[in-house]
Amino acid sequence: MKTSLVSMTVLAAALSATTVSAETLRLLTWGGYAPAEVIEMFEAETGHTVEVTTSNNEEMIAKLRATNGGGFDLAQPSQDRIASAQEEFGIYKPIDMSKVEEAQIVPSMLSATATNTTFDGEVYGLPHIWGTSGLIVNKAEAEQVADYTDLCDASVAGKVSYRLKRPTLIGFAYAMGLDPFAAYGDTEAYQGILDKVEEKLVSCKANVKTYWDGGDEIKNLLRSGEVVAAMAWDTGGWQLNADNADITFVAPKSGALGWIDTFALPSRGRADEAAYAWINFVMRPDVASMITNAAGNFTAAVGGDEGVNADLKARYQASFDQAAIDNINWYPPVPAGLETLEGATLDRINAAK
Amino acid sequence: MTSPADLVCRELTKDFDNFRAVDQVSFEVPQGSFFSILGPSGCGKTTLLRMIAGFQFPTSGDLLIKGNSMLGVGPNKRPVSMVFQHLALFPMMSIGKNIGFGLRQRGVAASEIKQRVGLVLERVGLPGIEDRQVDQLSGGQKQRVAIARCMVLEPDVLLLDEPLGALDLKLREHMKIELKALQAEFNTTFVYITHDQSEALVMSDNIVVMNKGRFDQIGTAKDLYYEPANAFVAGFVGDANRFEGKITAVNGQIVTVQTEAGVSLHAQLTGQGAAVGQMAQIFVRPEAIELSKTALQGADHSNASERIVDSVLFNGANSLVILRDPISGETIQVTLPQTGAFLGLGKGETIYTSWNPAQARCFVDGDA
Amino acid sequence: MGSDRSKLGFYLLLAPLLLWLVTLIILPHIGLFAVSISEKVGVREYETGLGNYAVFFNEPLYWRTFARTAFMSISTTVLTLLLGFPIAYYIAKLTRGRTKTTLFLMCLIPFWVSELVRTFGWMILLRETGVLSNFLQYTGVIGGPVEFLYNDGAIMVGLVYTSILFMIVPLVTTLDSLDDSLIEAGYDLGGSGFSILREIVIPHAMPGIVSGCIVVFMLSLGNYLTPILLGGKDSLWFTGLIYTQFITRFNWELGSAFGFLLLALSSAVVFLGLKLSRQSLSNTMGR
Repeated sequence: MKTSLVSMTVLAAALSATTVSAETLRLLTWGGYAPAEVIEMFEAETGHTVEVTTSNNEEMIAKLRATNGGGFDLAQPSQDRIASAQEEFGIYKPIDMSKVEEAQIVPSMLSATATNTTFDGEVYGLPHIWGTSGLIVNKAEAEQVADYTDLCDASVAGKVSYRLKRPTLIGFAYAMGLDPFAAYGDTEAYQGILDKVEEKLVSCKANVKTYWDGGDEIKNLLRSGEVVAAMAWDTGGWQLNADNADITFVAPKSGALGWIDTFALPSRGRADEAAYAWINFVMRPDVASMITNAAGNFTAAVGGDEGVNADLKARYQASFDQAAIDNINWYPPVPAGLETLEGATLDRINAAK
Repeated sequence: MTSPADLVCRELTKDFDNFRAVDQVSFEVPQGSFFSILGPSGCGKTTLLRMIAGFQFPTSGDLLIKGNSMLGVGPNKRPVSMVFQHLALFPMMSIGKNIGFGLRQRGVAASEIKQRVGLVLERVGLPGIEDRQVDQLSGGQKQRVAIARCMVLEPDVLLLDEPLGALDLKLREHMKIELKALQAEFNTTFVYITHDQSEALVMSDNIVVMNKGRFDQIGTAKDLYYEPANAFVAGFVGDANRFEGKITAVNGQIVTVQTEAGVSLHAQLTGQGAAVGQMAQIFVRPEAIELSKTALQGADHSNASERIVDSVLFNGANSLVILRDPISGETIQVTLPQTGAFLGLGKGETIYTSWNPAQARCFVDGDA
Repeated sequence: MGSDRSKLGFYLLLAPLLLWLVTLIILPHIGLFAVSISEKVGVREYETGLGNYAVFFNEPLYWRTFARTAFMSISTTVLTLLLGFPIAYYIAKLTRGRTKTTLFLMCLIPFWVSELVRTFGWMILLRETGVLSNFLQYTGVIGGPVEFLYNDGAIMVGLVYTSILFMIVPLVTTLDSLDDSLIEAGYDLGGSGFSILREIVIPHAMPGIVSGCIVVFMLSLGNYLTPILLGGKDSLWFTGLIYTQFITRFNWELGSAFGFLLLALSSAVVFLGLKLSRQSLSNTMGR
């Protein structure tokens, strides 16, 4: 009763504030996270305007680093990339929980994200959208691919693809029976894991058709049949499944890699009111469903899956039974400096003949 | 046993898409002569020259150099060289390299090239300029280098495409004499095309007048000047006063023509078959007209008339007076006698003119 | 008094140029250099030193990629010249009037779409299930699908296609200014087609050749999209490394050092090219 009263007053305050000053919200996000119809609804309801810049984790950090946290009012990095970026570059400001309608957010995700994005006792991230990366497999051609390391099997030689990026290192480590996330804090142990993965990926190099870079590139490769198995995001697999029933997303035996994209406030953002209004708006169940239908991934909004279309739900359920969900390896926060080790490993894989 | 002509053209014809540029032209150029092709622009003389050089191939007819047919032989295989209108010296090479270009193409040894280039530069009067650049030379020097570049190859025929056109008047006058001297020095056959009749008259052994793709007349400068074959040649070569009218009487070779203004003129007929009533043209050279301050009468002074001085054009020995017919208003040019007797003429003065019918040429219309 | 005013006018006219040079070229490079000589020793801790440059020379991947990029850019430039010269010669010397304009415009057409679209076009043509592979199978030249994409050859094709216009334009301009009578004179004096090309046409076109080569080399060296999209597993490009350092590794210090090395490389190659062809920068680019 008391919390709802508080949230009511917050809402009233927020509404009155927006009527006083309409702001421009400069949103730094992923493709699909801010569909045009959602923006239209938001603009009509609040009077704010939204400018969207689509990006990815690394570019978000690089952009905000370049401006010392300016240029954008709201960013959506993955939860594991916030704490270290904050430690290194100080590009975010803490979330003011009093301005957030917590009741709209699934409590377990909210608390997990809060734990992972805490730096110096302050919370810097709120969960928005979650998803996994795993395998997209053409069942008609490569039924046998069930884990990351199966991509190195001779039966699919020249017909597989993955990115030369850190998720690949971690996925392969799990498939090789290692636990990289447990070793995050121990540089030496982590280096040992990286060395083993490096050896595997170097020997696997001949099997790879090409290292993909963009989501459209890997989807084209799979759709044309030039690639029959790849490491990629779940949504890509579900999109392809809509066109070709043989192709779908498979949660690997060693576990899909789970990520949560968040809301984080750039330290020099100028439109905090609009940013909080956007957060509260998109976490409404109806809006959350719209976003899921557009982006393909589920949100951390309470009841956000209710309005999601049945096809997407069916594909999700076909890829993830309860055991597969329990098996997801959620990314813990990346300690500062880890990327340097991984970078050196990736360089060596790249250079190997 | 005469030596064969260096250059022979037999019924040479060149057709372009919609017109005939050269129409069945035949001529021979004897060894060592200076041969000019004179004609207005667009008469086909450039096409003819480019066919001789090998840049264009004739539609029909034959072309022989030193007795060998050149049909199907490329420009780089012909024993002719060409001095281009703008000389076409290679600006990317020194003078020595320019002149040595042709010898290098023939694979002549470097030392021999050097020697021959030095020699030819001496012959054109520019010794020791091998290392200069093209843009360091004056217009006349470039001219001589262009000739040297051709002559070093010892061609059978040297073609010259209006090479004096770009020079200023004074240099042009000088180069006319120089070209003639160079031709004598090398004793090579020169084929020279120009639209400037004075260039052709001064330098040539033989001149051909070309008009509308055909040869109107071939002959020496004197032939063309004094015995023009038709009205075009009479009008194109040298200055002339021209009258037009209807033939009223034919008396042997002397015909009488009445102009529209009603004046009767007498002239010598060129060609045959003049009949009363035909239209005809009469050409009279300015120097053939006699001047007199008193009225002239009698058989010795046919074509006599009274005229009024319009203006005096003083040009030293080449001074002219322009006279107006008081009745018809038409004007004629008359050369002032070199005695200076008439230099005091003033505008508006009355003066009497006459000329000998033998020095005026009449051409019946239709054969030109 | 008058000279003071004219001086003021001169400085006023100069000001935008200086502003442009300082703010857009000199200042960023000073900043880049400052970053490149700071070594990261810990979280938010930096030291001045040349360690980033040492990293480049000690890591074979980096300097090999550097050398590879330089070599492939030079090869692209040579290939573009060999392809572009006959085209430019044809446009400049063998066509007139409307045909000339049309041909010139046809060279421009690929530039009406973005580089990304152009590169995707090549991907559609060259991929295993693409147009070329299918056509060759249809005509029976090859038995099964062949992958033409994801190799250095594909990168070269893409780079040549992207940059050939920048070779053709200066070549057409210089060849246009070559008087036809010089070529005719060459033939008249007994020259063969080859010797005229070598002794007359190429020396005349040299400023155009050099300026085209400089532009094409710079474009290829600095290209990012084409090598990334068309290249294969081993097809590394130096700009890709710079991007990786700046964006995915958050290592601006090493990225800046790489940037400076690339600048030094391109300057050195251009300088060498000018020296070898005996041209000056003002003669080739200042036209």
